[in-house]
Amino acid sequence: MKGCDAWFHHVTPLGRQAGNVKTCACAVYHRGALRTVMRRMSSAHRCIRALQTAQGEHAAPPLYATLNRRACSSVSTPRITTHYTIHSRDKDPRWEGIEMERFADEADVVIVGGGPAGLSAAIRLKQLANEHEKELRVCLVEKASQIGAHTLSGACLEPSALNELFPDWKERGAPLNTPVTEDVFSILTEKHRIPVPILPGLPMGNHGNYIVRLGNFVRWLGEQAEELGVELYPGYAAAEVLFHEDGSVKGIATNDVGIAKDGSPKDVFERGMELHAKVTMFGEGCHGHLAKQLYKQFNLRENCEPQTYAIGLKEVWTIDEKKWRPGRAEHSVGWPLNRHTYGGSFLYHLNEGEPLVALGFVGLDYSNPYLSPFREFQRWKHHPFSIPKLTFPGGLLIGCSPGFMNVPKIKGTHTAMKSGMLAAEAVFPKVTAESPESETAGLHAPEYADSLKNSWVWKELHSVRNIRPSFHNYFGLYGGMAYTGVFYWIFRGKEPWTLKHCGLDADQLKPAKDCTPIEYPKPDGKLSFDLLSSVALSGTNHEGDQPAHLTLKSDSVPVQRNLAIYDGPEQRFCPAGVYEYVPLETGDGMRLQINAQNCVHCKTCDIKDPSQNINWVVPEGGGGPAYNGL
Amino acid sequence: MSGRVLVGVKRVIDYAVKIRVKPDNSGVVTDGVKHSMNPFCEIAVEEAVKMKEKKLIKEVVAVSCGPQQAQETIRTALAMGADRGIHVEVSGKDFDLLGPLQVSKIMAALAKKEDAQLIILGKQAIDGDCNQTGQMTAALLDWPQGTFASEVSLEGDKVKVVREIDGGLETIRINTPAVLTADLRLNTPRYATLPNIMKAKKKKIEKVKPADLGLDMTSRLEVLRVDEPPQRLAGVKVETVADLVAKLRETGRL
Repeated sequence: MKGCDAWFHHVTPLGRQAGNVKTCACAVYHRGALRTVMRRMSSAHRCIRALQTAQGEHAAPPLYATLNRRACSSVSTPRITTHYTIHSRDKDPRWEGIEMERFADEADVVIVGGGPAGLSAAIRLKQLANEHEKELRVCLVEKASQIGAHTLSGACLEPSALNELFPDWKERGAPLNTPVTEDVFSILTEKHRIPVPILPGLPMGNHGNYIVRLGNFVRWLGEQAEELGVELYPGYAAAEVLFHEDGSVKGIATNDVGIAKDGSPKDVFERGMELHAKVTMFGEGCHGHLAKQLYKQFNLRENCEPQTYAIGLKEVWTIDEKKWRPGRAEHSVGWPLNRHTYGGSFLYHLNEGEPLVALGFVGLDYSNPYLSPFREFQRWKHHPFSIPKLTFPGGLLIGCSPGFMNVPKIKGTHTAMKSGMLAAEAVFPKVTAESPESETAGLHAPEYADSLKNSWVWKELHSVRNIRPSFHNYFGLYGGMAYTGVFYWIFRGKEPWTLKHCGLDADQLKPAKDCTPIEYPKPDGKLSFDLLSSVALSGTNHEGDQPAHLTLKSDSVPVQRNLAIYDGPEQRFCPAGVYEYVPLETGDGMRLQINAQNCVHCKTCDIKDPSQNINWVVPEGGGGPAYNGL
Repeated sequence: MSGRVLVGVKRVIDYAVKIRVKPDNSGVVTDGVKHSMNPFCEIAVEEAVKMKEKKLIKEVVAVSCGPQQAQETIRTALAMGADRGIHVEVSGKDFDLLGPLQVSKIMAALAKKEDAQLIILGKQAIDGDCNQTGQMTAALLDWPQGTFASEVSLEGDKVKVVREIDGGLETIRINTPAVLTADLRLNTPRYATLPNIMKAKKKKIEKVKPADLGLDMTSRLEVLRVDEPPQRLAGVKVETVADLVAKLRETGRL
């Protein structure tokens, strides 16, 4: 057994072809040895446990099965990934005899993600339950240690959805304290600012909206939800989707805890818990990792464009009172990005007692691997009509996960909330029905997609669908602005054509040899700061002794492909300094070092990796940033 | 012996969060900041629960002093295996002035009320770093104390404690009832898993006020000012040993 153990530790998954036979043989030998040991142990208990171990690992959806590759290699790449989603535990000798059964509980609806969409859905469900005097158990799991800790946004909130959810939000004390009083839009060049008039009707106009600290708003939504009887469980991440035998979604399982960095069980190891539900709503936010799995499982992206993303970086500053203009919302485009890189900035003056200003910079999909958007961040999605199929048996997708952001308005909170509310309304009659007529064990609610199509969310998104792709032309930024100014203002999105995106963000990167490195000025410590001290401000932290949650499908691709062709763009696009190429101890060559503790859960690496080799999975619940009202 | 153990748990700012001083230097920003159970208190709870699992004691009672949010910390202790909780309500100005002396008075009063056999506390809290509450509680009760415990074994009506001291390890044997304070190496606290959090919702948390226990919470200390540590200045690299000596002479250190 010991020899087999050692062998497992040196295996590096490189290519599919080489060494498969060797692998199989070893695995078979190992399993045989296991069984012999079991028989000698003699207790029936152990046998049952071994069998459960074998099948207790969930009926792996195709995604995980393809990741379980075992092969030998002749080139030694130091093993980087130890996570069990890449290296399965049922053949790992260190997991022999470990209790893998999970405690399971039933709810009517389980919601993954405590953001605006998830909380709005939960609140709406409970409101309907109270109205109709029905009992409804709604459980919400959230990976942040407290509701709002992973929320980051500008933010300029359009209160439309909130007005529908809580018409009396003011009396309830919702933290919308700063109505927008001034709206400024400009184009920046290196030295100048060219003001651009905002004509009424253009999406950038903010009349009637509020500047909010979205983290505080989400926290308030959490309090409202708890009052209505929603069971909130912050600090517990949904790590796995569970399926019925008929393929419909059964619920989720929370993450296991107590796994050491090398993938072995610690003394404090405990399995996550299963939450079963009639319907599961997935509101994980941008590029949710379970949603990624569901897209593949149910083919939800069959007939839609790939999603394109943006990364937002935000800081909150206390400024000199004399410069403070509460209610002023400023946006800009142009410098320092060139005309082919979509992005811009926002600067919002908050009115909450002290002179606070929220400012941020949004950089988008770009082709130069030397570009580096860093600092605190947020993830915004851009996708005029990259909306996937939203429902599947047993569940549905809400919020920024499928993505309902209105790009030119740079607002998605109101549409996310509305999507959550519509989902609740579609699902409620089904989960409270005495005898649900359903073909599958998990209930299917395609009415949600229909009601979304008939709502103001769809109308709004449809009207602005061409604005973002209009930037993909020779004139870049200026072409896009011209298009918006002319066509949107005149036609309001009623033009009969729909422009397309270029494809996946990850495919946009050009090889490093075709691009020029960008010289970034050193941070001055007064206005600009270095990356690591900014990361420290986010308060992000993870339990150190756990497998890195930034998993690589293949440990050797980073050096062989990302570094060789693109000069290791992950060193630059990660805003938290997670990825570093460091020289090997032997001196020749580099290796990828993953500092998983720094991760701020933005998913940029999963999105932008040109080899699509990085798979972000959820770390132990409670880990991640600790934003306070951002 | 009652077989009851009192464990004190404190809600503190999470250790990974960057602390900010309030602009008026009156204290530290706590509003909305991530809080969690003091790491040494987690170790104390774990030790008590382990004793219960070994059937050496009968009941673990988690105690916390503070405003409404202190209940979250008690819930975590309940999820780790404590049987019930006592929330001593102290809020507002009283909470700002709550220090080791006041907490030890509370713990002493509760120990008498609950007829506790042992009190287990963390050795210190990571916000105050006082390292006084355990010792003061023992003094007020006139009980023996086993502080900086890295190993605890119950032997009938006595306790053997291995203490971490400057010179190494000291082993003592003390009578019960006693006060113990937990040090880092005592154990590895278990995770509060979700099913246990759900079960903990059904466990009781009793609310009391210091006045109910007949206690006076006035503080004899006044916080004058809170400041950040001075900014660390950049260092200077020197090329040779001669340069180093010259620099040291320059700054007056040689």
